[in-house]
Amino acid sequence: MIVPWGKTRLVQGNEAVALGAIAAGIDFFAGYPITPSTEVAELLAGYLPLLDKKWLQMEDEIASISALIGARLAGSKSMTATSGPGFSLMQEGLGYACMTEVPLVLVNVMRGGPSTGLPTQVSQGDVMQARWGTHGDHPIIVLAPSNVRECFDLTIKAFNLSETFRTPVILLPDEIIGHMRERIVFPDKEDVHVVPMPVPDVPVEWYEHYHESTLNVSPMAKFGSGYRYHVTGLTHDTHGFPSRKESEVIAKMNRLKHKITRRLDELEDIQMHNVEDSSIVIFAYGSVYRSALAAQAILKKKKKKIGIFRPITLWPFPDKTVKEMLDYKDVIIVPELNQGQLIHEVERMTRDAVRVVPLQRIDGYEITPEEIVNAVMEVI
Amino acid sequence: MAATIPYEYKYLRAKKRFPHVWCPGCGIGIVMGSIIRAVDSMGWEKDDIVMVSGIGCTSRMPVYVDFNTLHTTHGRGLAFGTGVKMANPDLNVMAVMGDGDSLAIGGNHIIHAARRNIDITAIIVNNNNYGMTGGQFSPTTPPGARTATTPYGMIEPDFDVCKLMDGAGATFVARGTVYHITELDNLIQKAFSKKGFSVVEVLAPCPTNFGRANRQGDGVEMMKLLKDNTINRSQLKAMKPGQVKDKIVRGIFVDRDSISYGDRYKALCERAKKVAEAEK
Repeated sequence: MIVPWGKTRLVQGNEAVALGAIAAGIDFFAGYPITPSTEVAELLAGYLPLLDKKWLQMEDEIASISALIGARLAGSKSMTATSGPGFSLMQEGLGYACMTEVPLVLVNVMRGGPSTGLPTQVSQGDVMQARWGTHGDHPIIVLAPSNVRECFDLTIKAFNLSETFRTPVILLPDEIIGHMRERIVFPDKEDVHVVPMPVPDVPVEWYEHYHESTLNVSPMAKFGSGYRYHVTGLTHDTHGFPSRKESEVIAKMNRLKHKITRRLDELEDIQMHNVEDSSIVIFAYGSVYRSALAAQAILKKKKKKIGIFRPITLWPFPDKTVKEMLDYKDVIIVPELNQGQLIHEVERMTRDAVRVVPLQRIDGYEITPEEIVNAVMEVI
Repeated sequence: MAATIPYEYKYLRAKKRFPHVWCPGCGIGIVMGSIIRAVDSMGWEKDDIVMVSGIGCTSRMPVYVDFNTLHTTHGRGLAFGTGVKMANPDLNVMAVMGDGDSLAIGGNHIIHAARRNIDITAIIVNNNNYGMTGGQFSPTTPPGARTATTPYGMIEPDFDVCKLMDGAGATFVARGTVYHITELDNLIQKAFSKKGFSVVEVLAPCPTNFGRANRQGDGVEMMKLLKDNTINRSQLKAMKPGQVKDKIVRGIFVDRDSISYGDRYKALCERAKKVAEAEK
């Protein structure tokens, strides 16, 4: 038994991702070595052959994500793990998976960029790339863990969402979360919900690869299961055949968009602490959320009250809830390990009267609780 | 021609996929015919066949054939195919690619597919240029040739696809042309039968771009060039060295046995389980 169900263990974030993938029923991993995500690939190289699952080290990241898509089309739940430079290379395959609606999980452990940047140090510089990195309008789901247990849980959730929405899902830990070790209690196996790969049950001649169902997601047949169909990155009709017909192009693009936007409630995942009764709120995610929690505790001792708003699902951005909860605040402080990425989304959803204050660190080190405390004291 | 009619109904997609995109005189349709005849002689079920491709004229082929078909991104057909084959080793996977697709942007993938010896048949339709984008030079454009991006003639040396694939470790490497059609059917069938990574390079005319830029005439004229400028390996011995000069050699260059990646991976799983068992 590889996943220590119900047990207490000292585990690294990347290790929890690997174990979460196994818990979610991963059948196929392909990757290329890159710091700081390598542990995910290394651990799965040891585990997957024991389970008769497939593991490949490909010639580069483009090949890795391409192999993932091929594997999922042939009926294997697939995942890869990478970091900044590799994530850039994977944008090609990511766009293809969005367009062809092939589920996969892409783990990007964020390090300092741009380019080779700070390979061993932390950053949250890929938040906008995760949303808009591949060309063209496209749907995307992005989850950001803040602790080791969440690395496990959100990896499973990433697989589940990718199957449910038939789209790639990005897990976006930062380097601190990926490399941190914590004592965690694993859930019991029966408490973990795993979404199986949906398969069509219609007769072959009725099958439409991209059938317009009520939820805009139709089951994807496995290659070799008797439903022969075409897959292409060209804009296509509901059978998957290339099309430039206006009505079919518009229908395809709208389905890609609406399959996410019609189900925003299912995707929204946020944590709030004292947001309702605080006039100052920290908007933080990933490792920075931990510092925000510590800052809140320090400030509590000083009898200063602040709220914390933490998105777990970064994309789609929780527009509605941010507007509802933050639009009447005095100050929102947005600490980020970048030069300002999600802060623009917070600004977009709040009136000019709300002061949105950046707190940014880009030297490869964490934002400390003290830095957040100081930022709060300045605006009080 | 009568014999081809059942093939058409059995293997081509009936609904709305024709006419195809290829120009008059193009060789790619002939390669598609050869592939279909080879598939038929293998006796494979259509459900068990996956045809992958990248981007380009040749890579449009999958949309016309009634298999599981996967038209991917430029150069990545073999990487996608590797995922398909590993996920389900029972599927018969073939990759159809042009020269630019497989050897320039996909060059890294093809040498590693060969080295890894993944059980896929790669069919490279070599028409010496990028046809779909309007005839720019490719890694197989002969030195001196004119293309849209070599207005003063090609100054780079070209790849010998078969030597490249031999060096990279493919188990079966052959070259044919769309003129020598029976021979091509045979080569593709042999490649399909071979376990491991097999490659067939098919020389084909592109009268619209390469032919026009180099004054090689229409499709028929370019077919004659394939007839006159190539010789089969079996003819080599009977020829004097001077006669061989400037001829492109057709035939099988590599046919060796080597354990496929899939089989090696299967053995690895068994070994890993034994090690884990012993450590308990």
